Amino acid sequence: MRPEVALPVLLPLLTGAVSLLFWRSRPMQRFLAVAGNVALLIVSLWLFVSTLSDGYVTMQMGSWPAPFGITLIADLLSAVMVLMTAIIGLAMGVYSLATTGRGHEKFGYYPLMHLLLAGVMGAFLTGDIFNLYVWFEVMLVASFALLILGGERAQMEGAIKYVTLNLLASVIFLTAVGLLYGMVGTLNMADIALRMDEAEHTGMVEVLAVMFMVAFGIKAAAFPLFFWLPASYHTPPVAVSALFAGLLTKVGVYAMFRVFTLMFDQTMGYLQEIMFWGAAFTMVTGVLGAAAQHEFRRILSFHIVSQIGYMILGLALYTPLAIAGGVFAIVHNMVVKTNLFLISGITHRLQGTYQLKKMGGLYRERPWLAVAFFLSAFSLAGIPPLSGFFAKFVIVRAGLEVEAYVVTGIALAVGLMTLYSMVKIWNEVFWKSLPEDNHVPETATPTGDDGRLLKPSLWMMYLPVMVLALFSLLIGVLAEPIMWVMMGIGDQLFEPSGYIEAVLGASASADDVLLQPTGAEDQPKADAGEAAR
Amino acid sequence: MEPLMAVAIGLLYAAAIFMMLRRSIVKLVIGLMLLSNAANLLIFTTAGMTRGVPPLIAEGMMLPPSGVADPLPQAVVLTAIVIAFGVLAFAVVLIRRAYEVVKADDLDKMKDTDT
Repeated sequence: MRPEVALPVLLPLLTGAVSLLFWRSRPMQRFLAVAGNVALLIVSLWLFVSTLSDGYVTMQMGSWPAPFGITLIADLLSAVMVLMTAIIGLAMGVYSLATTGRGHEKFGYYPLMHLLLAGVMGAFLTGDIFNLYVWFEVMLVASFALLILGGERAQMEGAIKYVTLNLLASVIFLTAVGLLYGMVGTLNMADIALRMDEAEHTGMVEVLAVMFMVAFGIKAAAFPLFFWLPASYHTPPVAVSALFAGLLTKVGVYAMFRVFTLMFDQTMGYLQEIMFWGAAFTMVTGVLGAAAQHEFRRILSFHIVSQIGYMILGLALYTPLAIAGGVFAIVHNMVVKTNLFLISGITHRLQGTYQLKKMGGLYRERPWLAVAFFLSAFSLAGIPPLSGFFAKFVIVRAGLEVEAYVVTGIALAVGLMTLYSMVKIWNEVFWKSLPEDNHVPETATPTGDDGRLLKPSLWMMYLPVMVLALFSLLIGVLAEPIMWVMMGIGDQLFEPSGYIEAVLGASASADDVLLQPTGAEDQPKADAGEAAR
Repeated sequence: MEPLMAVAIGLLYAAAIFMMLRRSIVKLVIGLMLLSNAANLLIFTTAGMTRGVPPLIAEGMMLPPSGVADPLPQAVVLTAIVIAFGVLAFAVVLIRRAYEVVKADDLDKMKDTDT
């Protein structure tokens, strides 16, 4: 019995339910938003520590033995994702206190936020493919409601695209699960992985792999399937955009990593080519789309797409080092991307617009905000010694090792293009002086949805921004121990027998035990240290 | 029975995609409904259709009789139906609100957020 695996799912469900009970009490909901997320962070740290020492932490729901019941399992990848989600969740909890208007709070903003977190956590921790679908839906329904809170025209239009494409992805996912069950007769992911190796190799395996790729590709906003993201992410209140930017697409990427390393590892040779070019086009189209934009949040939305390309490239290269780099990119991106959206919220509060042309002069006015933006933006572009540099460095090195020169070159070029967009924002928002035709209101602008001034709470917006900026710097400075964890993830994902054994018990995969999860981490440590230098 | 179901499922998917490609948002939602129904029928069919052998263990026995119907896909379909119901309820409210705001049920008029 390991309660720490279930707690990250149960806690936000509980806080969400409790804050629903306090529907009319605004202070109580606000208190729960912070207290619940602090508790979530503590539990996630607990899970991370015990995963670090044991390799895998599993729990069979209702004590049904493994392939029959639902398994919750945390390997290092899940634990890292859960920890990052909790950090982002806490930052958002604090930030929301300052930015969420009363209108939103009255219609259940905080309960929805908790439920969204519960869905994300569940998706990271489940070991059952149908259960993964269910958590996806929990997350989606919460995100639908958050997206349209406020009910402005742009939100409705964005929501229709978001809802349609995400539901389509869900149905493709569900169809694939159904066909998979028809083929192997089990829903437990570890059990599927075992039986896939025994299964008769007809074309069906490839068809299923591609269906999963399309379904998760839509959720992750990969190349030909990303159009819902830039159409919808700039429409809701900024706290919601930041939460979505930090978490939702990454769940799709996580699902890709999980499914393709565990269940479809034998089709990887076949799919690699598609993933390569998918990743390359994702990076390029995202960054070019951003170059054409002149609205703060739209630029950032397109950069989400571009960064997803790096993560998928890490999976497509398919070596332990590349997977480590891909996960590093996810971790770095969650922090930095959320932070950039949070900063866009502060600048909007200060100058009343998201249009770059109308903004300016913030370097003089708010030097510390400029520093926070500088750290996050240059980290996104991959300037050393910030977090983005190491993520890119590891992926590029892994790319050179397998001699994928073209895609690696594209990845480097996209880094430069990212820098271009970030410099554009820097010039327009911080460096140039404020254009004279923009009459900035004397007092800080209200959130806009109910016209109430929320001025004294500006420090509550600064606090998470500063902490996350510092975090990005710290990831860069402490790259070596983090890289050590990432290499552990790479080895675990590359050698799924440990995962299978942790779920099904030693007997199931006794024949193909090649690697003990704990012993595996010693060897790459030296390698990781070298890579980090 | 299976070939008949396969044809029906194929037709449902085709009809759903056709409806989703129309410009009207009402037809879009109808397409989504058909799509989720098609997926449910698909799960039901691929898991194997067994008639007349419910998965019940007779009194005093330890095992069910051989060749019983698999109860798991039914549980899965039931869950999927409930989820689809909730999500579609949301989608219906969404298109109504969108219609109120945009004053048209034409998807071509909803491209303010695209660039």
